[in-house]
Amino acid sequence: MTAVAGAPPEAPAPAPRKRPPGRRGRLVPYWLLLPGILWLLVFFVMPMVYQASTSVQTGSLEEGFEVTWHFRTYWDAVADYWPQFLRSVLYAGSATVLCLLLGYPLAYLIAFRAGRWRNVLLVLVIAPFFTSFLIRTLAWKTILADSGPVVGALGALHVLDVTSWLGMTAGDRVLATPLAVVCGLTYNFLPFMILPLYTSLERIDGRLHEAAGDLYATPSETFRKVTFPLSMPGVVSGTLLTFIPASGDYVNADLLGSTDTRMIGNVVQTQFLRILDYPTAAALSFLLMAAILVMVTFYIRRSGTEDLV
Amino acid sequence: MPFVRRLKRNLVVVAGLLTLGYLLLPNVIVTVFSFNDPKGRFNYAWQRFSTDAWTDPCGVADLCGSLSVSLQIAAWATLGATVLGTMTAFALVRYRFRARGAVNALIFLPMAMPEVVMAASLLTLFLNMGAELGFWTVLIAHIMFCLSFVVTAVKARVMSMDPRLEQAAQDLYAGPVQTFLRVTLPIAAPGIAAGALLAFALSFDDFIITNFNAGSTVTFPMFVWGSAQRGTPVQINVIGTAMFVVAVLCVLAGLVVADRRQRRTS
Repeated sequence: MTAVAGAPPEAPAPAPRKRPPGRRGRLVPYWLLLPGILWLLVFFVMPMVYQASTSVQTGSLEEGFEVTWHFRTYWDAVADYWPQFLRSVLYAGSATVLCLLLGYPLAYLIAFRAGRWRNVLLVLVIAPFFTSFLIRTLAWKTILADSGPVVGALGALHVLDVTSWLGMTAGDRVLATPLAVVCGLTYNFLPFMILPLYTSLERIDGRLHEAAGDLYATPSETFRKVTFPLSMPGVVSGTLLTFIPASGDYVNADLLGSTDTRMIGNVVQTQFLRILDYPTAAALSFLLMAAILVMVTFYIRRSGTEDLV
Repeated sequence: MPFVRRLKRNLVVVAGLLTLGYLLLPNVIVTVFSFNDPKGRFNYAWQRFSTDAWTDPCGVADLCGSLSVSLQIAAWATLGATVLGTMTAFALVRYRFRARGAVNALIFLPMAMPEVVMAASLLTLFLNMGAELGFWTVLIAHIMFCLSFVVTAVKARVMSMDPRLEQAAQDLYAGPVQTFLRVTLPIAAPGIAAGALLAFALSFDDFIITNFNAGSTVTFPMFVWGSAQRGTPVQINVIGTAMFVVAVLCVLAGLVVADRRQRRTS
């Protein structure tokens, strides 16, 4: 913490018009960057290096671990836990699609149809954040309770028959099934979809809609050819902001799921904190990171919006 | 069929409001169940109305202690991340320097990383260094992941700032320090405040990274997590509801004030 206090004040460099920057002036950006970047290098980059090194170590808690370049850990980790990997991608993917389908109408409503209610609706979207997400996730246990009205209605409408056939629920239960986990993931990350969507929709010039209408486009054509393409930056960043945290999440799978819905996050957590098999846990975490980085890079390239940051 | 036509035209409004309902339903449940008097250890099924928990919010062992730990960590993490993030943001917007791309990537990466990966890798670092897990390791981790969000918020504000305002101040014989304190900082303040608020919210509600690096320190989310295994006291709902109500009231008051000010000026 002393590094923070000892850092130079944020005086901007002297205006170039009056005093050309001297040697001290040229160093100003580096002084400003130093503490923040150092913090990230030590507590973000270095841990990644340690994690990579831990993943190729062997040993035990009592005798200590040693780097033995034991790459078999990776192979064993994939062989043992590929179902959890697959599940993470499936659940996070379904949640992302659901978030897009549910979130788009609300973002559209706030951006174009809300009028003077716009700010109030925005506050209502963010408001749930003020209650700890764990408490809100636990509330889903009540909502989806076996004898509750939601499950009763879904059963009466034969929705549960369909989801059971799809393997997403079991019998007349929703809790402790994949459906409950996906529902929780969708709920938890929905605001991360709505806000970027809203930002990019709000930037669209309303006159473009009028112009489309003047040129005899039907409302659905206007949406498909004007609104949606212009909201693509929001769609891309929204899907990333939903998929990335959802794929590593273990809270929803733990609270709303069962042992059959464990995701890769659950495995990393138990390996690290309960079984204390650090090499396997580090290898799994490393694989998750690599998978996410590859997917994100590919996705951003494909969608052609590289200036998201 | 005028009704059908009206429904068709307002389909997006109906769908949007349904989504909003989905978002708010858990908060309604949390609030309602803060007045419950559960039979067993778990507060998942409605029994009967009671205000016991509201009159005794700290009646559960360790609950208010964990709340105070969370508030302390959030306050220090906000301070640290805001100072470091603001400096970094100014450097990124105002100066050209080598390795800009690398710095930008370094800021972006923590936001594009699943929390569990950061949590696990930080734990390997702390284990390897032999650091004692607790308050300090949690604080270090929180500053780390809040930093990028502060940089992004401040950067957006400083980028949209007119540099001529600072030049004008200097033409009027303000020194660099005076210019910074009287012109630059007030203009950048909304961005810094937004970043700080975000950092506070992120830190206060963080669970995954804290769970890995807290050792035996118990923050409020950790307490809730533990109680999900042992039995959920009604007081959790009381605290959740109270935070929700206070925060929403603050935001709504801010909106009303901003609205009035706007009306007066126009």
